[in-house]
Amino acid sequence: MELLERFAVGDLEAFEVLFRQHQKEVYAWTVRIVRDTGIAEDLTVETFWRIYKHRSQFRPDGNFRAWTRRIATNAALDHLRHARQETTLSENLPSPPRPDGAVGQETRDSIRRAFQDLPAKYRLVATLALVEEENYADIAQAAGISESLVKVRVFRAVRMLRKKLNFLRPEVAAK
Amino acid sequence: MSNEEINNVKELLKEAVTPMQNTELRRDLWPQMLRKLEEQPLPIHNVSWFDWALASLAAAALLFFPGIIPALFYHL
Repeated sequence: MELLERFAVGDLEAFEVLFRQHQKEVYAWTVRIVRDTGIAEDLTVETFWRIYKHRSQFRPDGNFRAWTRRIATNAALDHLRHARQETTLSENLPSPPRPDGAVGQETRDSIRRAFQDLPAKYRLVATLALVEEENYADIAQAAGISESLVKVRVFRAVRMLRKKLNFLRPEVAAK
Repeated sequence: MSNEEINNVKELLKEAVTPMQNTELRRDLWPQMLRKLEEQPLPIHNVSWFDWALASLAAAALLFFPGIIPALFYHL
């Protein structure tokens, strides 16, 4: 029996093999959405928990990677929804040096706050499309929505950000 | 709103929120996964509420209208 067939009938060893094959990719995708390594690790485990729980719904001839990414995106979105008020963009990772001069620290904080205040579904697409520069087709597939809806949400996220930045600091929005 | 405006916001965002494309998982999460499976065992029969509702309806139909049973066997 093939690995995916064994997984679909609840074989724990097959699940372990799939887990080890895909955990890095799920983590890498999740951390780009939630932007916190600890939370991304927990959500990676949560993603595979959901995968195992719904294994009977997976067709062994289907695309396991796409299915996994979709579940990971939903888990990350659930997290953004529930932790919207509490989560900070901790940036607990080594970041490349930022060029000074373009915008100052205070302005960056304002932008970050405005970004953090976006509703979860807009923050998801804004993070992936604008910060991580993922293409719209991949975002659409991962989020289970159409490509045109991704474009609409990016557009609305940008409009909301501009509005918030206008309110916070008119000179930032005017840049 | 033009593409230029979207790009302006994108540039601002990228200065404030660092991309995380090169972040790698530094440890194996399988032990954590096993702990979660032990703490929250899955139900043996993962049947949705909709399937239970359908089964109940079918059972009720057989109970209240036993005359349909021969017809059911005939069609099987």
